Amino acid sequence: MAETADQGPAPTVIVDEVDIVYRVHGAGATAGRGAATAALGRILRRGQERGVRTVHAVRNVSFTARKGEAIGLIGTNGSGKSTLLKAVAGLLPVERGRIFTDGQPSLLGVNAALMNDLTGERNVHLGGLAMGMSREQIKQRYDDIVDFSGVNEKGDFITLPMRTYSSGMAARLRFSIGSAKDHDVLLIDEALATGDRSFQKRSEARIRELRERAGTVFLVSHNNKSIRDTCDRVLWLERGELRMDGPTGEVLKEYERFTGGGKG
Amino acid sequence: MSQVLDTPPHPAPPAAEPSPAELSPAELAARHGLTVSGARPSLPAYAGQLWRRRHFITAFATAKLTAQYSQAKLGQVWQVMTPLLNAAVYYFIFGVLMDTRRDVEDYVPFLVTGVFVFTFTQASVMAGTRAISGSLGLVRALHFPRASLPISHCLQQLQQLLFSMAALVVILLCFGVPPTVYWLLAVPALALQFTFNTGLALVMARLGSRTPDIAQLMPFVLRTWMYASGVMWSIDAVLADRNLPHALKVLLECNPAAVYIDLMRFALIDSYSHDRLPHLAWAWAAGWALLAGAGGFIYFWKAEETYGRG
Repeated sequence: MAETADQGPAPTVIVDEVDIVYRVHGAGATAGRGAATAALGRILRRGQERGVRTVHAVRNVSFTARKGEAIGLIGTNGSGKSTLLKAVAGLLPVERGRIFTDGQPSLLGVNAALMNDLTGERNVHLGGLAMGMSREQIKQRYDDIVDFSGVNEKGDFITLPMRTYSSGMAARLRFSIGSAKDHDVLLIDEALATGDRSFQKRSEARIRELRERAGTVFLVSHNNKSIRDTCDRVLWLERGELRMDGPTGEVLKEYERFTGGGKG
Repeated sequence: MSQVLDTPPHPAPPAAEPSPAELSPAELAARHGLTVSGARPSLPAYAGQLWRRRHFITAFATAKLTAQYSQAKLGQVWQVMTPLLNAAVYYFIFGVLMDTRRDVEDYVPFLVTGVFVFTFTQASVMAGTRAISGSLGLVRALHFPRASLPISHCLQQLQQLLFSMAALVVILLCFGVPPTVYWLLAVPALALQFTFNTGLALVMARLGSRTPDIAQLMPFVLRTWMYASGVMWSIDAVLADRNLPHALKVLLECNPAAVYIDLMRFALIDSYSHDRLPHLAWAWAAGWALLAGAGGFIYFWKAEETYGRG
């Protein structure tokens, strides 16, 4: 078990030798042919977990995050960044090891709770409630959310169903709803790439605000520039393993050499 | 404190810190009051969390109901049209073609009540089966007591049923069934059935989250249940001249769907008198509701921390 020094600000997230494994149904050797018999076999063989493939997404990762830190997670596609973030949020069970957190870390993102057939207005309420805000809090912040999203800049779009929005408009409203709540530990997954240039500027400012109010911020991004602008510490994951953990400049330099890219 | 962690076995990092400052992660977590992420809360705490999310549960149900027909030209008219068309099909097959209506007084109100009440249970169970497995995106993105989802789906079905009941009242009046004070009994009957449905949906949600195949199997189970519950015919009339074991008769009459259907017919249809109810019908209705409601809730809660895997 990794020993950790107890110094500096109070820890907010402690990840202790964590492994995360996904189970994928119907991806076994029998899938694809004779689908009906395979399905029957799956029911009969329940318990032995045949026809189930496992994906080892995160392997033996340990780190301690402290109050006031903004931590970037980098790594190539499929390296386990988002998976690790979801486990910290308590949304994915860990296979081995433990994750300790201060309060309830929240993922920034309410996309899954919103419904395209409903008006923007009702989605603001639904999304707020899904994140655990009270009706009063939503009422108080409703105007802020709508103004920040800029959905109403080109007419009264907030009273139209979300399926009529352009993709950028919908993304802006989603970000605006998601960032309306204060969090102790905030987890952000590639949120900064949404919208046009002026909205990106605004959302960066909003992230900084959130970071000041939140204890700790985690940011997953493929955009090295937004990591450099927002984070002071970076974790580099590769094939589910923690390859490097340190100050932003040092880790990004190594990472850029690894990916062969120039300045991001 | 930067170090490349994949370098070949490097000598153990020098113990720069004196030992009192060295803590295992668990000890460090305990010292600062950190808790294990995603652990299952106790049953009372879970019920409390659920209560605090009640506005989300109702808003989610209403949102799903509204979104359901928002693309259709007739819009919300389908809320009433769908159950009516359903009843019309059953009337044509069982009432006209098979001539079941000869055995039963007030056949149309009898049939329509049965169809609507059974559809409520059927739809709740189906929605419950898919409540977790069909909302994995939501389960994996946000933190909330997972029981919110099956409960919300059942609430949506209850709202749908209320539309059907409005249509039912019109049908009853059209077929000359007089409104009586007994109609008020529909409220407790519905409350009990809703509790029963929710409990069953919670059980199915847990089963369906582990074995999604159940969603394919359920329509057949539910159809068998419907034919055995006397939706289109009177169980009494059909069983009267058969020589069936007594236990089977009791089983058919006390199955929850039959009990809730009979209670609703008793409440709404004037000619459906008290003696056509099974023995101790209200006690059975309350018992089923309590058993399914409490049992389903506990059964669902037991696996709370595992939803969203796989």
